[in-house]
Amino acid sequence: MSEIRDVIIIGSGPAGFTAAVYTARANLAPLMFEGSVTAGGALMNTTEVENYPGFAEGIMGPALMEQMRQQAVRFGAEIVSDDVVSVDLTGEVKQVTVGSGSTHRAKSVILAMGSGYRELGLENEKRLSGRGVSWCATCDGFFFRGQDIAVVGGGDSAIEEATFLTKFANTVTVVHRRDQLRASKIMADRAQANDKIRFAWNSEVADVLGDDKVSGLRLRDTATGSERDIDVTGLFVAIGHDPRSELVKGQVDLDDEGYVLVQGRSTLTNVPGVFACGDLVDHTYRQAITAAGSGCAAALDAERHLASLDDAALADKRPLADATA
Amino acid sequence: MGQSTITVTDASFDTDVIKSDKPVLVDYWAEWCGPCRMVAPILEEIAAEHAEKLTIAKLNVDENPKAAAMAGVTSIPTLAVYQGGEVVKMIVGAKPKQSLLSDLADFI
Repeated sequence: MSEIRDVIIIGSGPAGFTAAVYTARANLAPLMFEGSVTAGGALMNTTEVENYPGFAEGIMGPALMEQMRQQAVRFGAEIVSDDVVSVDLTGEVKQVTVGSGSTHRAKSVILAMGSGYRELGLENEKRLSGRGVSWCATCDGFFFRGQDIAVVGGGDSAIEEATFLTKFANTVTVVHRRDQLRASKIMADRAQANDKIRFAWNSEVADVLGDDKVSGLRLRDTATGSERDIDVTGLFVAIGHDPRSELVKGQVDLDDEGYVLVQGRSTLTNVPGVFACGDLVDHTYRQAITAAGSGCAAALDAERHLASLDDAALADKRPLADATA
Repeated sequence: MGQSTITVTDASFDTDVIKSDKPVLVDYWAEWCGPCRMVAPILEEIAAEHAEKLTIAKLNVDENPKAAAMAGVTSIPTLAVYQGGEVVKMIVGAKPKQSLLSDLADFI
């Protein structure tokens, strides 16, 4: 059996790394499982991050994550490139099992698994994935040079992707369910000023067309229900994210949408010693900086929990001294 | 880590992949692709552990657009297994080692 650690952190986005920096600096020697192919989290698939404070000129998403990782390592965080496959969070000592088969134990666990891409849920979306349907503009934009493509979604990530894709594509049609964008004003303005970007307002993707590769989309008008087809050879899906809470389902309380429930403004879950932060708990903000902030809170909450365990252990050992104090 | 994968190009694709006696997994990748970099060390491990049954070949899509276009690759990483000159399995996206091993169970 492995030693009992103070803290295990699951996930390695801004929330996980901030928790690692804080717990490492508190001498808690955190053990982080960063994920074998998801290390660094959602920012690994983005380009320029312009709104993370402290980087006046902006920074590339992967570079920001590398900085965070080095900062955590510098203070003694132990980082393992493996995926957590199961957890047992009941009891005072928590158990975490990883893909390579080993089980690790700790007195506290910080959940920071973030979120995964949401899919449209269409049969043909799955079938044509890798055949024109993509979730990663930075990876796949290159393949659509000179072509007409579409991005579905209206938030910051959709608009960032659409803008990025104009470097390669002939035209980019943004398909959005409403008649205005949800994205921040600066990004929306930039997209609207880009003459390669056009908008299909009040539209949702009813189907992805094509035999062995994408040849078009069937759009449905959200107001009238009428359908029309557009010719595109690529579809980038950016309709948001869902919390990656599958691992802890049935062990910690989740809300209807799968987000881990925390108490008030804290990161405390319903299970003592288990804390949750970042996109895993956040319906509302879902920014790198808010994730980092809640990762810090999780580290401080975990630290307080460990101190209370120490106090309790001390009290157990000296009941008479306490009683006569 | 020693190099257990081979590198293929548009020029060597026919010899190294299509005419290979052994099944060949071609990893279509590029420098700018984060998930490609994540899966690379996992592929090195699988290549080292299963060298006698499966060749793993890396193909840089930026430098070798022909092979990627022929295979119809529009997402990377794409891992395509070729057997007797035909694509017999296509895996799109980076996956953890255990799920790759189960996807590749027929070839290793």
